[in-house]
Amino acid sequence: MSEYRPDSPVLADLAHEWKSAYIHLPFCRRRCPYCDFAIVDESAEGSLGHADYVDAVIAEIAMEPNFGPLDAINFGGGTPSRLTADQLESLVAALTDRFGVRDNAELSLEVNPEDWTADFGKALSTAGFNRVSIGAQSFDPVVLDALGRLHTTDMIASTVAGAKENGIDSVGLDLIFGHPAESPESWEHSIRQAVDVGVDHISTYSLTVEPGTELSRQINGGAPAPDDDAQADRYERFEEVAGNAGFVRYEISNHAKPGHVCRYNLATWAHGEYVAFGIGAHDHRWGTRSRNHRRSDRYMEAIARGERPTVGVEDLEDAEQERDRLMVGLRLAAGTPLTDTAQRFADSDAGQRLMDASLLEVSNGRLVVTDPMLSDAVIREALSVSAPDC
Amino acid sequence: MDQSRIRNFSIIAHIDHGKSTLADRLLERTGAIAEREMREQLLDEMDLERERGITIKANAVRIDYDRPDGVLHEFNIIDTPGHVDFSYEVSRSLEACEGALLLVDAAQGVEAQTLANAYLAIESGLEVIPIVNKIDLPAAEPERVAEELVSILGGSTEEVVQVSAKSGLGIDELLEIIVERLPQPEGDPSNPLRALVFDSYYDTYRGVVALVRVVDGELSEGDRIRLMAAGVDLDADEIGIRRPAMEQTGRLSTGEVGYLITGVKDIDVIRVGDTVTHATAPASEALAGYAEPKPMVFSGLFPTDGDDFERLREALDKLRLNDSSLLYSAETSRALGFGFRVGFLGLLHMEIVRERLEREYDLDLVATAPSVEYVAKLVDDTQQIVQSPQDLPDSGSISSIEEPYVQVLIITPSEYIGTIMELVQSKRGEMGEMNYLSTERVELHYLMPLAEIVFDFFDMLKSRTRGYASLDYEPFDYRPSDLVKVDILLNAQSVDAFSTIVHKDKAYTYGRAMVKKLRELIPRQMFDVPIQAAIGSRIIARETVKAQRKDVTAKCYGGDITRKRKLLERQKEGKKRMKMVGSVEVPQEAFVAALQIGED
Repeated sequence: MSEYRPDSPVLADLAHEWKSAYIHLPFCRRRCPYCDFAIVDESAEGSLGHADYVDAVIAEIAMEPNFGPLDAINFGGGTPSRLTADQLESLVAALTDRFGVRDNAELSLEVNPEDWTADFGKALSTAGFNRVSIGAQSFDPVVLDALGRLHTTDMIASTVAGAKENGIDSVGLDLIFGHPAESPESWEHSIRQAVDVGVDHISTYSLTVEPGTELSRQINGGAPAPDDDAQADRYERFEEVAGNAGFVRYEISNHAKPGHVCRYNLATWAHGEYVAFGIGAHDHRWGTRSRNHRRSDRYMEAIARGERPTVGVEDLEDAEQERDRLMVGLRLAAGTPLTDTAQRFADSDAGQRLMDASLLEVSNGRLVVTDPMLSDAVIREALSVSAPDC
Repeated sequence: MDQSRIRNFSIIAHIDHGKSTLADRLLERTGAIAEREMREQLLDEMDLERERGITIKANAVRIDYDRPDGVLHEFNIIDTPGHVDFSYEVSRSLEACEGALLLVDAAQGVEAQTLANAYLAIESGLEVIPIVNKIDLPAAEPERVAEELVSILGGSTEEVVQVSAKSGLGIDELLEIIVERLPQPEGDPSNPLRALVFDSYYDTYRGVVALVRVVDGELSEGDRIRLMAAGVDLDADEIGIRRPAMEQTGRLSTGEVGYLITGVKDIDVIRVGDTVTHATAPASEALAGYAEPKPMVFSGLFPTDGDDFERLREALDKLRLNDSSLLYSAETSRALGFGFRVGFLGLLHMEIVRERLEREYDLDLVATAPSVEYVAKLVDDTQQIVQSPQDLPDSGSISSIEEPYVQVLIITPSEYIGTIMELVQSKRGEMGEMNYLSTERVELHYLMPLAEIVFDFFDMLKSRTRGYASLDYEPFDYRPSDLVKVDILLNAQSVDAFSTIVHKDKAYTYGRAMVKKLRELIPRQMFDVPIQAAIGSRIIARETVKAQRKDVTAKCYGGDITRKRKLLERQKEGKKRMKMVGSVEVPQEAFVAALQIGED
């Protein structure tokens, strides 16, 4: 795939056909103040054991009907690096046995810098992992502290170096921007460090205040909230610096050097199919979306009864699938093909208005959002125009 | 019933002074309602009335009072609204009575609307019984309030009845006083029938139900009757009284109050104020009717969804069945599409109608800022009535504009006189008489442009007097004023629904305040939105809603598309309540922004 630019329409259309698997590994040393993901807080008494959970996921994989072979496997969390390399390898083996894995498939893992050791790196490589994504979040100790992260900036650099030394092909890192504790200078520093530290992929996420989180409680109690305009400034600055350093944006939050697109990520936004395992994981295949229990006790009980731990199933008509493809595809820099649904949106009053405002354009037979920071404004209109009952 | 044993009366009171509680207590004490059926505000049947604790529609209820000496009396309580917007309902209810109970809160004292309604009662020749209510409250000052009442009505403080409607204290005494002090109805049973229609309402199953007071003669079921003003003959299908449930009696004799059903479905046939007589032996002269209530405030009502226009028309038609004061005609706005120009009796009436339309008819409406009715005198010596600022002709063709003035009555603790004078002056008011009701309370009279009152005067008066001042007003006349139309431009396009007529001296202040308020109310869009205020082609104020720069969920777990889709759909649903004006999304509250700029 290295012959394509990360934002290539050809690559995006290929990704639409890819089949991926996602495994959710929910363990965290503790919950970060902004996080509302399905996690298991290890600091809580009597929390679920790693080994039991791995066994349950392997049992869940065995219950899944035929799918694959897989083009991409992604371990997300939570903190997947809380597991041992052996445990990770057993999960990869379960997927391989059940679905088959293509020769050049992507095998990717999220890791936290504080978990990284030389041995762990070596074991990952041996197990076949060819991509890691490092939860760096910031290179400013003040911001790391405000985000409740446990690592130092030095640990980020040594994780990147360690991964490279062990022959991991693609190394990426995540950044979170727009925390009120972050200044423009601090962000500039983080950007510079991120592009200079030697990674191939950078994901940038604006800090979002989710209801029910510690951050949300702090803000309700009077702490400063993230500012939209400041976040837009940060995003634009990142685009400029990273762009000059050779990173290409292929999705709103994702930037890669040529040949280093995260395939699982691209496939998700290109409306590819994926199976997903573990608590709170979401499947999408054969016109059906379903999700697993978010609570670990319910998940474990279902598996123990020999039942699939699914709670919500949404069967999608063809028109609904087209709508979803349009919705997710508009997040891609390559845009989305001009299907009948996309064309109807482009021709609608709302579509025309967005084009007049230079927010949406048709280029080379694709529909593309020109300002990623305003994507939701476009997608909301796309959803109402492409509703199946129209 | 023997005329000498009938007493017909109203209860006049300010909001929260306990009128409905007193009515409830009278019903309960005379056994009209068993305690188990008792619920609060028995006479207020509309949901809105019960929620807001106000009376909107008049109501009439019969109770039988057994005097301690065993002689049965018949009371007809005619409940009346207390708010200034509904004073026409009060005046016609009073026509059906011989007496009025003037109820005043022992802690609050006399309020302007109570006073205005008390004057109405006195002018109608009614016997007024002054009552101080809530005498058991810790803050009660029954003696002071009794003195206020005496200074208005004359007489002595001994004649003022002291009660607590809530606990029932003094209610037995009051029942006796009603019999003793209120006169029996006049009228001659042997004369041809004359009955006054003092209210009517529409019942889905029975058609129009008229509330009538028999002045002369007797009305029986099966009678062939004639409505003297309408010139229509009908059959009296059913006759009865309300307790407050309907009770068929078959007849109403001289002096009695009850209902009449004719099977007529058209509310316009049986008009309030008409006289019912017998078709076979008609009376020679009709009773004095009422003046049609005249709408004083106008506002545009537009469905947020243009497809709902016909539903809005049907809803207005239905509301009018029970509210003949509601006037409307179709109106087209470039900004808001098809809707109606609706005339209201006042701001509360406007608010209530809008709320009923949205609630009872499930409509989503945009209302424009209220306006009064102007008269534009044109250079060609003709004149044009202007109910909507957008209808004002070009300034070149106008020689002058006249606006309605009202006589304003304010009652206030005397410490606020200075504050109120200042406020009234800032609203172009002219000072009239000032009378002290007591050493602490004063009655102020002013002439003011109605337009200044309908905007925010009442709220400002309340906030500057910590809620102590009360207000009443009545139409006076039209006067020429130096008025201009201020237009508002969004994205360089004039938005007709935002146009307002204001006094020239205030145009700049208004324009600046209005664009500032709109900047706060209009959410950021995908492009800069300039907001300008203009008189003719001259821009007098400008603000800009800066373009939105971030509208995206950048942190996103890709797998959970369902949740993300639902979130976006919900957000879109919220935006539906906004109105597209050109390419700008404008929230509904922006169209009444003019009401909110007063104190900022």
